[in-house]
Amino acid sequence: MLDGTTAEIVERKALRINAAKTCQPIGAMYAALGIHGCMPHSHGSQGCCSYHRSHLTRHFKEPVMATTSSFTEGASVFGGLANLTQALRNIFSIYNPEIVAVHTTCLSEVIGDDIPTMIRKAKEEGSIPEGKMVIHANTPSFVGSHVYGFSNMVMGMVNYLSEKTGNTLNQINVIPGFVEPADMREIKRLAKEMGVKIVMFPDTSNVLDGPLTGQYKMYPEGGATMAQIKSAGDSIATIALGHFASHVPAATLEQKCNVPASFLELPIGVQATDRFVSALRGYAGVDIPASVELERGRLIDLMSDLHQYFHGKRVAISGDPDHVIALTRFLLELEMKPVYCITGSPGNQFEKRMHELLDPVVPNAKIKQCGDNFELHQWMKNEPVDLLISNTYGKYIARVENVPFVRFGFPILDRAAHRFYPTLGYMGAVNLINQMLNAFLDKKDRECAEEWFELVQ
Amino acid sequence: ATVRAEMLSVYPAKTKKKREKQLLTNDPGTPPEIAANTRTIPGIITQRGCTYAGCRGVVIGPIHDILHITHGPIGCSYYSWATRRNLARVKPGQPVNYLQYSMTTDMMEEEIIFGGEKKLAAAIREAYRIFKPKAIAVYATCPVGLIGDDIHSVCRKAKEELGINIFGFSCEGYKGVSQSAGHHIANNGVFKHMVGLLDEPDKAKFRINVLGEYNIGGDAWEIDQLLQKCGIHVTATLSGDISYEQICKCHTSDLNVVMCHRSINYMAEMMETKFGIPWVKVNFIGAEQTAKSLRKIAKFFGDKQLIDRTEEVIAQEMAALRPVIEDVKSRLKGKTAAMFVGGSRAHHYQHLFKDVGMLTVAAGYEFAHRDDYEGRVVLPTIKIDADSRNIEEIEVEADPKRYNPRKTPEQIEALKAGGFSFKDYDGMMVEMKKHVLVIDDISHHEMEKLIETYKPDIIGSGIKDKFVIEKFGVPCKQLHSYDYGGPYAAFTGAANFYKEIDRMIGSKVWKMVTPPWKKSTQE
Repeated sequence: MLDGTTAEIVERKALRINAAKTCQPIGAMYAALGIHGCMPHSHGSQGCCSYHRSHLTRHFKEPVMATTSSFTEGASVFGGLANLTQALRNIFSIYNPEIVAVHTTCLSEVIGDDIPTMIRKAKEEGSIPEGKMVIHANTPSFVGSHVYGFSNMVMGMVNYLSEKTGNTLNQINVIPGFVEPADMREIKRLAKEMGVKIVMFPDTSNVLDGPLTGQYKMYPEGGATMAQIKSAGDSIATIALGHFASHVPAATLEQKCNVPASFLELPIGVQATDRFVSALRGYAGVDIPASVELERGRLIDLMSDLHQYFHGKRVAISGDPDHVIALTRFLLELEMKPVYCITGSPGNQFEKRMHELLDPVVPNAKIKQCGDNFELHQWMKNEPVDLLISNTYGKYIARVENVPFVRFGFPILDRAAHRFYPTLGYMGAVNLINQMLNAFLDKKDRECAEEWFELVQ
Repeated sequence: ATVRAEMLSVYPAKTKKKREKQLLTNDPGTPPEIAANTRTIPGIITQRGCTYAGCRGVVIGPIHDILHITHGPIGCSYYSWATRRNLARVKPGQPVNYLQYSMTTDMMEEEIIFGGEKKLAAAIREAYRIFKPKAIAVYATCPVGLIGDDIHSVCRKAKEELGINIFGFSCEGYKGVSQSAGHHIANNGVFKHMVGLLDEPDKAKFRINVLGEYNIGGDAWEIDQLLQKCGIHVTATLSGDISYEQICKCHTSDLNVVMCHRSINYMAEMMETKFGIPWVKVNFIGAEQTAKSLRKIAKFFGDKQLIDRTEEVIAQEMAALRPVIEDVKSRLKGKTAAMFVGGSRAHHYQHLFKDVGMLTVAAGYEFAHRDDYEGRVVLPTIKIDADSRNIEEIEVEADPKRYNPRKTPEQIEALKAGGFSFKDYDGMMVEMKKHVLVIDDISHHEMEKLIETYKPDIIGSGIKDKFVIEKFGVPCKQLHSYDYGGPYAAFTGAANFYKEIDRMIGSKVWKMVTPPWKKSTQE
């Protein structure tokens, strides 16, 4: 397995091998699915849309709907106006969404299609029915990564939908970042537990983790409603979780509607969740309820019970920047040693923040933006680790290097129940601890000498 | 017919007019003309993918000891990384299976503005330094054509510099109307750059190539084993579990048997023209079909021993399979299936369902052409429309030295007189019942209507549809990825499939969908 990967590192400036990122539109599609009654639309050739739908489906094991402009060679040369107009007419007639959220691909970005003008024209000639909405985001695949695509589509929501009426509502916006439906559900639960009213967008819970009832619903129960996103302009404040996925849209909302934004990291682990909970408490002026404190206490209890298994363990992490930053922070709380940390996404903020976190405790850690799993594997060959945490693509490395492996982030293509378990919040941290411990002890039980095979651990 | 009308009724006029021609009720006697291989209607929710997927993802991607470098932004290489289950085993002396890698130039804004040729050349050099492969294939994606990167000249220069075979495919996603254009581009490229490079035939007798078989879930291995039992040798399977060397020498084989007509018929035709290798259509999906295909191959060689041995193998395999068929049939007889798969399986798999007494109530392809629906007889009447006109047709001539007709005209006449036919694909429609629906490039809306109306006991489709269909309470068998199971080819594969379908249709889970408090009567 991966026999072409050698410990010797040949410098690469042009060739990307086994990427730790994918392209913008899939992030935009995911974000758009977090709007209730929304049809995501991919303005490009149809291959992108099929790939993005397939990939999201493989991760969630759920239907993922989206339409495409289905560019042909002609449209690629002369522009995709006719394709988009025809698409909108068909989408509203056949599938009747409340809103269509258009994103672009490298194709329509290279030819320079002007989407706002196209939407306006479609509106003028009646291809968009009264009361229906079309929004857009430019998501060129040759810039950033899928996380940027997510951020851009959330910005599209703010740009088109959020409004300030002047009538401030007693609610707090939460932009959750490119996280799982289970995480979004966990954020809502925490807020509810605290008695804080939040408006979260996008929100894919009850969209991509739906039930099987014998009735297929093209537009499932979940998703932030257009009215909610609109009302975000009247909220007290916005809490944006994750620099890469959420900060720009929150800043945009601050500019547009004067809603002050609080920029946090993803609430993974103790202190990051403390900060999130404290931010909710501060803005809403509520006390932290006993139930939330109890959850926190249980997590601390678990961390103390299992400290021996985590302390000093060397970890390699590959994933999306917000996830890697937040996870690293949690692993440091467990006194583990994140020694190799990469993200495929570009952005200096990643390396800056990771150095802040790691330099004092793991001074020799290798940290890299625009890294890939090929190089990560080479580092591991040179100096092994005790644990690998990444999306499914890490399983090849884990097998060949015989390293305990925890699946985390996007995408997880080879397991299913992950969609019900958060990694955010105190309970999410419990889930992560459980997974890491199982990975460590399964390996020990499988490989240790018989006399060390023990009943109680 | 009313279903058809209902499916069409919701469409805007222009859309309806087009879909009418792609949605027919079958007549196996005289298959009606279907509109296929035409552009996708924007916004309709198609299952289709693109030319890049057809080229890199399907036809060439499975060659496991050459490097595949995607020239484009990150997505295309990422999504085609190990998602199709074209399994490969490393061969002795070839220690690396490159299919575990995904390689790309990861184009950035800078390359879009100033061009990406330099980065591509550098990427090829880096790939060579790290992996020292036998050959490198380069694939163009949407922006490459638009910004005017000349991947072919980059490849030519790199080939001279590095001394290995390096070649490019202009398979930009917007070309043609579906994956199909990518197949064609791939066939042309494989034929131009690999086939014929190695003139040393395998030593075995009765050499064939299996064309258009991609070893999904181990299908090609199953077919290969079966042929071996009969005494037939496979020089190359294009392109499931195939090595570079096997492709280079596949022209030394004596017969091409075609599994997936859509993706590889171009190659079959070109090899016949250039090297004199005849081709026949076979199908190793379904027990009866497998037996028929084996007999056809044995008959072609006309060797008594081979024919006898083949009959023996068929008898043994069928004897083992019969109890499985009878057992499964006792539960599935009369149940119904519908199938919407790529360009081949929607036809082939009907045989497996038929083996266990099931009926196909509707079927269609994503990207097949009229000949796959109506048979190759309609080939002369197919007009290539504006959207597919720019797909290269390469001129092939008989090789002055190596053209070698495998049969004399007399032998061919004798075979034909005995009921043997060459280049014989009759298409899907003649084998389907009268009045069943044939739907080309099915839309999500049509799929929903189909489920509501027919309530099929099972639907064969792909990952994008699977969970939609199952939300309705109808099991969906993925006939692209096999739901990570398989093999389903040949006799052993058939047994796997029957049991799998039996499991899925009989699963207790479907009976638990409605909570007891919502049921009118207690069960």
